[in-house]
Amino acid sequence: MNPALSKALRRLAVAVFWLMVWQLAAAAVGKELLLPGLEAVLKKLIALASTGAFWRTLARTILRVLTGILSAVVLGVLTGLLTHKSRLARELLSPVMTLLKSTPVASFIILALVWLGRDAVPVFIAGLMVLPVVWANTAAGLAGIDPQLLELASVYRFPRMKTFRRIVWPSVLPHLRAALRSALGLGWKAGIAAEVLTVPPYSIGKSIYEAKLYLETTELFAWTAAVVLLSFLIERVILRLVDGIGRKERAHAES
Amino acid sequence: MLNLKEISVRFGEKQVLDKCSLRLEKGERVALTGPSGCGKTTLARVALSLHNPDSGTVSCGFARIAAVFQEPRLLPWLTAAENVNLVLSDSARTVEEARAWLERLELGDSSTLYPSELSGGMQQRVSIARALAPGPELLVMDEPFKAMDEALRDRVLRVTADALGDAALLLITHNEREAYALGCRVLRYRDGCFV
Ligand SMILES: Nc1ncnc2c1ncn2[C@@H]1O[C@H](COP(=O)(O)OP(=O)(O)OP(=O)(O)O)[C@@H](O)[C@H]1O
Ligand SMILES: [Mg+2]
Repeated sequence: MNPALSKALRRLAVAVFWLMVWQLAAAAVGKELLLPGLEAVLKKLIALASTGAFWRTLARTILRVLTGILSAVVLGVLTGLLTHKSRLARELLSPVMTLLKSTPVASFIILALVWLGRDAVPVFIAGLMVLPVVWANTAAGLAGIDPQLLELASVYRFPRMKTFRRIVWPSVLPHLRAALRSALGLGWKAGIAAEVLTVPPYSIGKSIYEAKLYLETTELFAWTAAVVLLSFLIERVILRLVDGIGRKERAHAES
Repeated sequence: MLNLKEISVRFGEKQVLDKCSLRLEKGERVALTGPSGCGKTTLARVALSLHNPDSGTVSCGFARIAAVFQEPRLLPWLTAAENVNLVLSDSARTVEEARAWLERLELGDSSTLYPSELSGGMQQRVSIARALAPGPELLVMDEPFKAMDEALRDRVLRVTADALGDAALLLITHNEREAYALGCRVLRYRDGCFV
């Protein structure tokens, strides 16, 4: 059998196995309030998906989280460049980034709620999770640039932009990719946690909060399933995009 | 013109270059020889402004400078042809020109390969193609013909000699035959300088 197919089949088998475990556990518990079954959750998800509000909710949440993440990526790359160039900036910002990483996200959410409007908190929180990771990886990528290649650029008198595009950026890109791989999920989950606590209108967090309020366990599961699927999809799309940037740069020189 | 005046470089206790002077006019070709670790690469790095000497002055009036380093120094994320094109216009306009240079160095079949897919000797030849392609006014080559068999070395030497034109050449080599093949005046290391 071809290895890709066999790998896909094995994955499918694993998924089926765990879904069966869930189904058996639900049957054993026998109470939808405590642990709804697969079928009930799927039905609920389909029912939700047939309402306009569901899609509007998804769209608004995605917009909030992505706004936060993208701003954090831009800011993280810029601060990475800054701390690479300036020792003072590095000494000033490193402890801040460490602090950001080790402070419980709930503290930030409460604080942000005091400072910002309800709609802005999830944006801010999602970004806050991503920023230190992107910063650290950008800094590592910059520190890892081969000095021999920079000497080459200097001898052949590359303009600054060319050095950046041909040497700096390709050296940083793999680190950025790794940062996104680990930080996207973080930002996504933290953004939704922030929504649960701030309940902005049309948000997945508010829907989860309300499901909990009315003990709608099945609905909670359905929303959670939607979040998991979305997070998976978004990670795929964004990593594809990042790769696309790298490839376009390659294709550019080739054509 | 390249003018190195009374260059001194020391690394820790070791005085590598000691008031070493070297002048290179347009079209002049000079080879530096000497035992391993004597300071040949160091002098080349000073000439390329990659190393600040402890004392002495460097002035360089050449505009287009190219170098073959002791290592190939290819960008790993670019193909052989892209690596050569990099020092031309770095755009589609000169891709053919870059390929032609690779062809001259017998790498016509490898132009779309990445450095990791090339042998050490092939990478070295890409690096030579990259240095010859822009038609430099000053060419610095640090042991460029190592890792080549006799016959190939002779052919690469001929390509290099043809491409040089009236470029000034600073060649570092352990092999005086190479130096003569490229029409170089040979300088030997003695007491912190090349004479
Ligand atoms: N960055 C450095 N730090 C400390 N010592 C150095 C450095 N670069 C070179 N040296 C020392 O300077 C001396 C000359 O080095 P250089 O690389 O110029 O030798 P070379 O003549 O090119 O030798 P080879 O033929 O082996 O390439 C050596 O003793 C080396 O140890
Ligand atoms: Mg050397």
